[in-house]
Amino acid sequence: MAVVKLQRPQLKLGEKIYFGALIKGFILTLGHAIRSLRGKSVGAKDLESSGLGVTMQFPEQRWDSHLPDYYRGAPALVTDEQGRERCVSCQLCEFICPPKAIRITPGEIPADEPWAKVEKRPLEFEIDMIRCIYCGMCEEVCPEQAIYLRKDYLITGLKRTDMLHDKKKLYEIGGVRTGLVNKWNELK
Amino acid sequence: MPELIFQLAIILTKIVTLTFIVVLPLVPLSVYFERRFSAIIQDRVGPNRVGIPLSLLGFKKDFHMFGLVQPMADGLKLFLKEDFTPAHVRKAFYWLAPALTVIPALITVCVVPFGSPISILGHAEKLVIADIDAGPLFVFAVSSLTVYGITLAGWSSNSKFPFIGGVRSTAQMISYEISLGLSIIPVLLYFGDLNLSKIVQHQADNGWLLLPFWNGGKIGLPDIQTAMFWIPAFIAFLIFTVSIFAETNRMPFDLPECETELVGGYHTEYSSMKFALFFMGEYAAMVIGSALIITLFLGGWSVGFGLDQHISRLHIGSFHFGGLIHMGCFLTKLLAFILFFILVRWTVPRFRYDQLMKLGWVIFFEAALINVFLAALIIAAPSLSTPIIATGAILLAVVTGAIIWVAKVSEDQPKPLRA
Repeated sequence: MAVVKLQRPQLKLGEKIYFGALIKGFILTLGHAIRSLRGKSVGAKDLESSGLGVTMQFPEQRWDSHLPDYYRGAPALVTDEQGRERCVSCQLCEFICPPKAIRITPGEIPADEPWAKVEKRPLEFEIDMIRCIYCGMCEEVCPEQAIYLRKDYLITGLKRTDMLHDKKKLYEIGGVRTGLVNKWNELK
Repeated sequence: MPELIFQLAIILTKIVTLTFIVVLPLVPLSVYFERRFSAIIQDRVGPNRVGIPLSLLGFKKDFHMFGLVQPMADGLKLFLKEDFTPAHVRKAFYWLAPALTVIPALITVCVVPFGSPISILGHAEKLVIADIDAGPLFVFAVSSLTVYGITLAGWSSNSKFPFIGGVRSTAQMISYEISLGLSIIPVLLYFGDLNLSKIVQHQADNGWLLLPFWNGGKIGLPDIQTAMFWIPAFIAFLIFTVSIFAETNRMPFDLPECETELVGGYHTEYSSMKFALFFMGEYAAMVIGSALIITLFLGGWSVGFGLDQHISRLHIGSFHFGGLIHMGCFLTKLLAFILFFILVRWTVPRFRYDQLMKLGWVIFFEAALINVFLAALIIAAPSLSTPIIATGAILLAVVTGAIIWVAKVSEDQPKPLRA
């Protein structure tokens, strides 16, 4: 490596006096303040600002419609077009879950039900949302396309038990998902 | 005897009203303004939620008041925090230091004139706690005691970062005290008085020091001497303002507590209300500093434009309330100047320590000295003959040139370590 000797830049008299730069700075900060008060800050429109700066004020205004498709919110179980619970309680998600937030109690489907050949469904499926880290590994590992990370991000509760999502709650969040691979259907 | 009790009652009322009802609320208010205004500068919103929680009382909506209650909530939080005294500190001084930073700042309130006299039933009362004939000197004497608070805090914390913060603050405050004192000598020469009330009255009658465009109630251009004096007055204003920034440890000069280098500076080891006292002391010093700048240079309580005499004459019956309007004007100016303080904080980056010292000792000290002679020459000019004025002007120019040359020569050139 060659040694490069750097010369400090020679300041002109105006730059040495420093006031010019100060006034420039004042114009810059005051400009920001005025634009911010008028709601015309740079990017205020794209960010749907509340009219003060570029900030959106949360509980009243929400970013929901801008959430990208890959957003990872609360994990939830889904049903398909036929109204079948997709989960077959293979427990792969329980196994892969890094913070051990998922707990599944497997159960059998009685022989007299239409989807008896699937054989298993969860008797109980609990996700502890205090532990969940929204990593999405459950979604990745699921062989049945049964668990998805939805766009719900406001998971709050006043008690620890409120934060424990049971099967009912999980299907409620997940809802029906269409366009999945239906490998359990009869061949035509 | 009843006379004495009456006097005492008036003094007590003044102390309580002016210190605890007028100045002390300005401290949380300036904290609020600091947060909101800095947010606006940075395209944010700032604290705008904390208000009166009416929904707790059964009403439908909270009254948010633009977040004005936020500083109270913060203060309450600091009260409720654990007041932790580390085992390694020097206890007595550790406890003394926070008080020593707040009290001097609040004592100086007593010489600041808040408005023109109010009179009720023929009894006129000045809106100043102590109308003493040594106003600025008293302020300098007392407010420089603040440095003991910071130094003691740094030393008694018995830990290295607070100690460096304390030492830096001592050096900084002592350096800038000199230019602070020297810079207002031209102002005092001009007014020929050290009583702040009289200084403000003079400005109300004859135009503010930096805005001398009215005289005796009439708007017009100043005479040649006043116009000439505007130059040293402006230089004095610049030096004084920057020195006040340094004295209050505000942003471009906040080396005693610069977070990036010294963790928290001198108050690293403090928690809870003791920390809040340092915080309050800093803002109280800011309030008093801006009050002093306004009083000396920007007309104090005077509304300006020749309106002051009319305002002083306003009355309902025997109650002359012009003083209250003047007080409102003074507080408006004060808030405007505090906003300026905040604007500077978010505009000017922090100085390096050697730059700070150079600015204090090499530039401001000399500039203030030259400014004193310039002001004296301009003030004395009408009573001097032309040759003497010319000689004085030439001498001043020569001395200024010599000082600039010395400053330039003494500036050490960076030498390469190896040729």
